[in-house]
Amino acid sequence: MTTAALSTVQLAPGQAAWRRFRRHRLALAGAVIILVLVLGSALGPYLLPFDDTYIDILKRFAPPLSGAHILGTDELGRDVMARLMMGGRVSLSIGIVAMVIAMAVGIVVGAFAGFYGGVVGAVLMRLVDAVLCFPTIFLLLALAALTEPGLITTTVLIAATAWMGVARVVEAQVRSLREREFAVAALAFGSSNLRIMFRELVPNAIAPIVVAATLNVAKAILLESYVSYLGYGIQPPAASWGNMLNNAQIYLTSAPWLAIAPGVAITLAVTSFNFLGDGLRDALDPRMNIP
Amino acid sequence: MARYVINRLGQAIMLLVIVSAIGFAILHLAPGGPLSQYAASAQMTQEDLDRVTKQLGLDRPLPIQYLDWFGRMVRGDWGRSYRDGEAVLSVIGSHLGATLELMATATIIAALLGCWIGILGALRRYSLFDSLATVGAMIALSIPTFWFGLVMIYVFSVKLGWLPAGNRETVGDGSLLDLLHHLIAPALVLALVETAMWGRFMRSSMLEVINQDYIRTARAKGMPEWRILTLHALRNALLPMITVAGLQFPTVLGGALVAETVFTWPGMGRLFLDSIGYRDYPVVMGILMFSATMVLIGSLLADILYAVVDPRIRVG
Repeated sequence: MTTAALSTVQLAPGQAAWRRFRRHRLALAGAVIILVLVLGSALGPYLLPFDDTYIDILKRFAPPLSGAHILGTDELGRDVMARLMMGGRVSLSIGIVAMVIAMAVGIVVGAFAGFYGGVVGAVLMRLVDAVLCFPTIFLLLALAALTEPGLITTTVLIAATAWMGVARVVEAQVRSLREREFAVAALAFGSSNLRIMFRELVPNAIAPIVVAATLNVAKAILLESYVSYLGYGIQPPAASWGNMLNNAQIYLTSAPWLAIAPGVAITLAVTSFNFLGDGLRDALDPRMNIP
Repeated sequence: MARYVINRLGQAIMLLVIVSAIGFAILHLAPGGPLSQYAASAQMTQEDLDRVTKQLGLDRPLPIQYLDWFGRMVRGDWGRSYRDGEAVLSVIGSHLGATLELMATATIIAALLGCWIGILGALRRYSLFDSLATVGAMIALSIPTFWFGLVMIYVFSVKLGWLPAGNRETVGDGSLLDLLHHLIAPALVLALVETAMWGRFMRSSMLEVINQDYIRTARAKGMPEWRILTLHALRNALLPMITVAGLQFPTVLGGALVAETVFTWPGMGRLFLDSIGYRDYPVVMGILMFSATMVLIGSLLADILYAVVDPRIRVG
């Protein structure tokens, strides 16, 4: 055995995963872009001389790079760059918070279904199947139509339509991990079922959960853009990447820049999270360890 | 086989019951409930409201109401639109054709293009084409459909003037050529995500098949490469695509809603959005239930068809 082969054997699992992740250039690029988008949205508004809701009727439809407005102004003379940054705060926050809620629900449902199996498992998993029958956008819009639109509602509703995939992943993991020695040992020690589920089984399924969480952020950002574009998500004057595109279609001929900036931002963010999830899957999947 | 079909049918019916319960719960747990439209009207006094509640049987226990509602749904009585009093099912029926036309066109484009890309990617694994296709598929899955639609309109309608910016036909024309002309852009927009999914699944299916023993056997006995690929590999690799078509159905249906909105296509998705705007809950709930039922039937058909063409499924 060569020294190189020896050194890979001696790598800790975390180090090996990091090495595999670093090889995935697109995932790295995704991580960098996400960092730039997050920092830009968080700090950018402090650096701009414009307020995102400041209406300046005299400067309507200023094209990009005209004077101080880097990305131009919209139909009310508001600075597009400022709105893009503030919209980024909203869209990225919704993406992440909706992911956290969806993961929490999905993990709990999946853990109970996988651990108890039998009738409990069957009922919970059939519920998952049933919710998956509804096309996501239809379900999301129907729920949004019945409730008051707003930041919290939109976030919760997106989470309500995005937890099922995670539940399936966790259920399968917990069901197979339940039979392993460490779980049986914990049971023999007299640990409670809840403790075994959430302190022993779920942490051992962390790799697929992390991957699912990353892909879930991408999905949530995309859903926010759909529901806000259609007018049932974030309401003006607050900006989100989705609702900035709400009026863009009307001005497509005269002011196409209004459609370009938010669309590019959404695509960049969603693509980055998807590539990041892909890279994490390659890095964390233990099957990749087999040469 | 019969046993498999009956088994699968039973599961589907059970799912339909749960699906309908979810729909019913959404309708009733929402603030205001099914009467919120009338309650908001200044014409109605509390007395009227109480009477209507009794007339419509909304004062009965929820489980009874659910059974009643489910029974009427199964018999085809889906209530009436608030907007014009037309039966919900006939409203949906008059918009379904346009949606199915769009979905079918997009699916044919996506299946042909996606399979071609996927097969080529698998045969030339890690080539430049394969890398570009993989990255392209990921980007296609990440682009908001409506934004891609806006870009299409800007490029092909506003700038080049090649394609109409919306609607299903030019008023007063309506010839086949005119219909096709209007179909191109929305179908391509809807096909984008689908093509990416077909391509990804086709690639992995093909990769799995060409590493099988029977392919090696075919190669070992000196069969020409093109015969191995078409006769052995492709036929087996295409089988799982039946499941892919079933799995994609909800995504395509959701995508159709978005494409219809951008291109003012008079289909079910647009009807759904319009109905939400009018707070026409019977139609909204009707379309929600109808689309879920379509998805359910779609996956049932895909599973049964798969079992018909692949005997391994029935036994397993």
